[in-house]
Amino acid sequence: MSVEFCGLALRHPVINGSGTFDAIAARRAFGEDLAASFPFSAYVSKTITLQPRDGNPPPRLWEASGGLINSIGLPNKGLEVYLREDLPQLADLLGLAADGAAPGAVPLITNVMGASAEQIAELLGACDARPEIAAIELNVSCPNVKTGLDIGADPRQLAEVLRAVRGRTSKPLIVKLTPNTADVGACALAAQEAGADAVSLINTLRATALSPDGRSRPRRPWLGGGTGGLSGPAIRAVALAQVEAVAARVAIPVVGMGGVQNARHAQDLIDVGATLVAVGTETFRDPGVGARIAHELQEIMVGR
Amino acid sequence: MSEAPFARRALTVTGMDELGAYRLLRVADPDGPEPQAGQFAMLAAAERWGGGEEERPYLPRAFSIARRSDGESQFLLEDVGPGSRRLCELQAGDRLWTLGPLGRGFVAPSAGRRAVLVGGGVGIAPLAILQDALAAAGAEAAETTVLLGFRDAARAEGAALLAGARVATDDGSAGHHGLVTDLLEAEIRRDPDVVVYACGPAGMLEGVRALCERADTPAQLALEAHMACGFGACFGCVVPRRGGGYLRVCVDGPVIDAGALERVDEHAGAPA
Repeated sequence: MSVEFCGLALRHPVINGSGTFDAIAARRAFGEDLAASFPFSAYVSKTITLQPRDGNPPPRLWEASGGLINSIGLPNKGLEVYLREDLPQLADLLGLAADGAAPGAVPLITNVMGASAEQIAELLGACDARPEIAAIELNVSCPNVKTGLDIGADPRQLAEVLRAVRGRTSKPLIVKLTPNTADVGACALAAQEAGADAVSLINTLRATALSPDGRSRPRRPWLGGGTGGLSGPAIRAVALAQVEAVAARVAIPVVGMGGVQNARHAQDLIDVGATLVAVGTETFRDPGVGARIAHELQEIMVGR
Repeated sequence: MSEAPFARRALTVTGMDELGAYRLLRVADPDGPEPQAGQFAMLAAAERWGGGEEERPYLPRAFSIARRSDGESQFLLEDVGPGSRRLCELQAGDRLWTLGPLGRGFVAPSAGRRAVLVGGGVGIAPLAILQDALAAAGAEAAETTVLLGFRDAARAEGAALLAGARVATDDGSAGHHGLVTDLLEAEIRRDPDVVVYACGPAGMLEGVRALCERADTPAQLALEAHMACGFGACFGCVVPRRGGGYLRVCVDGPVIDAGALERVDEHAGAPA
């Protein structure tokens, strides 16, 4: 069941979606149970930005039909504090030695986001210097300060930014594509041509909810951030279509995610071309689900 | 604080008791960790969770652990939305997904201070297990004051969950006609050497917080918030922290020292 992904030997194909599992907080809640049976074969951090972010004002959640709209706003302590405080804790939890490569360890993938090529270059450079980080995932669902357009929403802009930053790290670079674009396959191809080692998708679909007080005029958005992103079973069919479209266009590995709740859903993504599958919102409902999906996938594979 | 097993567990409902307008859900959990007073669990019915109005509920719901006795955990429910409605339908023998105990609970009063328990509505739940814990730690029943506020007499029947409660109702149909904070104000005036433990709706908690701040009385507030996960993953359940930034109710709370909050904001969620 072990999988090779961008030069990393992973125990199984199930990882977490960025921002859906805070390993440090989870260790406080679940104790050493977590370290003893870490559910994911690689751990993807929350999105890290250069400067600290508080995140969006509440309310931040809306339960939709078969899913969740969130408007969290990427709260994080910023690059400097992440590297200084979180990285040693994560290395300890994941079993990483100081050189980052311990047998049996869970490789760490750090997710970063910047609003310009300059910001992204700085983030990649800082992560490149840290042996605990096995790979970097770049969140391109961020408006470009120069154009106002999400960096990953346009193939040409995405390629331009990636070419400008690619040289800053020799670690594997995964581009987390945005689904909020006209042609996700074209964006994936652009990422590959600009030097991405892998792509991951889908991120949440832009979504909103109105305040349930139907009498107010004008109707107000429910979420403090105005709009948010939809995840969960509601987006699974969209994810399958986008992963299929992307896998058909690129030669680099694809990390598929979106509404995965069980091994059958994970197998669907693998069958349309995903190398790894990420679990996100379902982990909110059951933190043990990643391990269960990995186990069940193994049984499916053996049965084939 | 007690740590939770790292996966949700399917438990069996042992009973559903009526308590006025509320329901007391009882669940067999002989092997579960002993919760600390103030901790909570994420609950979801094992069957028919989803498929209700607008295909909800989808996420599990956070409930304070109201009481723990003889291997049984108890939760106080009020039917306010698709999640709590489905949970209220459960009967003995039904299965329930449970994740917990989660979060930080109440801290025992420092020497020389009496506990005053202040609850509102369904938020009285964690005060029951706290009263049990205080009694087990040797506090005389007479030392602990319990003040509970409800909308009306039907809800005030929930006060039976705790021993020796004094009650206030919004409509005057039971006990003091007015707010539970009226009772608290008089209590603090009578004896200022107390620690206040409070749980209830945001408006009540803000009243308690402001009153205790003025009186320089230490207070621990058990907050309610909608959360997707309960273990720090989703960052959805935040409240503003005094001095800037946010606290996650699930892992920084649900019991938060009143001094850490500028105010308790009214951003109560859509019916859960």
